[in-house]
Amino acid sequence: MKLPIYLDYHATTPVDPEVLQAMIPFFTEVFGNAASRNHEYGWTAEAAVENARQQVAKLIGASEKEMIFTSGATEGNNLAIQGVAEMYKEKGNHIITSCIEHKAVLDTCHALEEKGFAVTYLPVDHYGQVSAESVRNAITPQTILVSIMAANNEIGTINPLREIGAVCKEKGVLFHTDAVQAVGKIPMNVEEMGIDLLSMTAHKIYGPKGIGALYVRRKNPRVRLAAIVHGGGHERGMRSGTLNVPGIVGFGKAIEVAGRVMSEESSRIKRLRDLLWDRIRSELDEVFLNGHPTEHLPGNLNVSFAYVEGESLMMGMKELAVSSGSACTSASLEPSYVLKNIGVGEDLAHTSIRFGLGRFTTEEEVDFAAEKVISTVRKLRDLSPLYEMAKEGIDLKSVNWTGH
Amino acid sequence: MAYNTKVIDHYENPRNVGSLDKNSKNVGTGLVGAPECGDVMKLQIEIDEKTHVIKDAKFKTFGCGSAIASSSLATEWVKGKTIEQALAIKNTEIVKELSLPPIKIHCSVLAEDAIKAAIQDYVKKHEGEEKTA
Repeated sequence: MKLPIYLDYHATTPVDPEVLQAMIPFFTEVFGNAASRNHEYGWTAEAAVENARQQVAKLIGASEKEMIFTSGATEGNNLAIQGVAEMYKEKGNHIITSCIEHKAVLDTCHALEEKGFAVTYLPVDHYGQVSAESVRNAITPQTILVSIMAANNEIGTINPLREIGAVCKEKGVLFHTDAVQAVGKIPMNVEEMGIDLLSMTAHKIYGPKGIGALYVRRKNPRVRLAAIVHGGGHERGMRSGTLNVPGIVGFGKAIEVAGRVMSEESSRIKRLRDLLWDRIRSELDEVFLNGHPTEHLPGNLNVSFAYVEGESLMMGMKELAVSSGSACTSASLEPSYVLKNIGVGEDLAHTSIRFGLGRFTTEEEVDFAAEKVISTVRKLRDLSPLYEMAKEGIDLKSVNWTGH
Repeated sequence: MAYNTKVIDHYENPRNVGSLDKNSKNVGTGLVGAPECGDVMKLQIEIDEKTHVIKDAKFKTFGCGSAIASSSLATEWVKGKTIEQALAIKNTEIVKELSLPPIKIHCSVLAEDAIKAAIQDYVKKHEGEEKTA
């Protein structure tokens, strides 16, 4: 067992060896520019890109002509939201999103607000879901875009995309989803879910970093986007720049593998995740699950360990690579806005840990992780004045704290 | 973020963890910080009434590694000091000793506050006597 154990698969994933093998020839032998239309090098590269485009499109039920390669999902989200805003500004200036989107969506929306767009940040329920009804109620004649994530990166909650898509279709508003965490983990289909734009990235699904794609619907309706990156007119003019051929080939392969193993892999990972949670909650009191009890990504487990601060917990389990919603782990000193928006109090937000299980997680690793978490929480609770006070029956909410 | 070895040492082997009897007349208790801010320190001192020397000190801390280390160090430093000497401990000395980065300076401030709060609590318990003495 290699230490530290990697349990941060929401942050990124290792490249699958099969993916790496597929990429290697495209660095050295098949190095052509896919836009070179007049010789063999270019043609081979282009053929590889088009093959990958088909692989990527197939997994989400799209056609290859609807896939625009980008540098990743941050760019995909920017292109989708800014591109629609710019292209449809004559039609309206209103955008709807949710308050727990990734910063790539939230900050893009904030930037558009500066430019005169109006943005509605929908609240979520205490599991982190956006309701289709709240989307419906927020739509005005000025609304041009709804952008709601498929699954949340911190708490793993999956949104009711089909219902939201149906509302958007009925109201004639474009629907974008940031599907970075969902693609390759749960079934996604742009037709069945009524999705018009979908951002994805390779490195969350065992592909390389620096390559992603944006699905842009071509009919019913045909979505038009104003480009952000201008140049040689690549990717139907929506995203200029020489294509990252090795990256694209790796992305295609990663998607192909995901399509092949998803169903079996998801149930295996889900079982390990349940095992971890069961061990934790059977041996520790006052631990709380953040997120949806059933509608969650198979590998996500986000837990608040009351009375134990997240960063100190991570410090005590340095054999585990996990992430925390605690303020101390961020530069901002603010605890997770996702947890805050699902109603987790700031006191508990400071105590949260996100475990992300993935393709290479083993049962042995989960057993080790469970032991480590349990012993470290116990040790830190012995050190915690809050745990001591709670055990003495003091209501911590009634204490007059001298907060800074 | 990589931690300083002194912080790691205090975190892994915290000194003087525990509690003293908060109802004892010779014990001063300082409870500072807030759960919402992610740091709470409880620092207790036991004082020799005659010499005003801090005989014992205990702490419990909810907070990051730097907060735990700051309070652990504070208990080490106050032991054997008089009230006046303990009051003179500055957070900047804790920062220096533990090489805390700027983002963790508030941990040292909290430790200084905890010492002062514990002393204040002790002084309050003895206020009546001070006047009559």
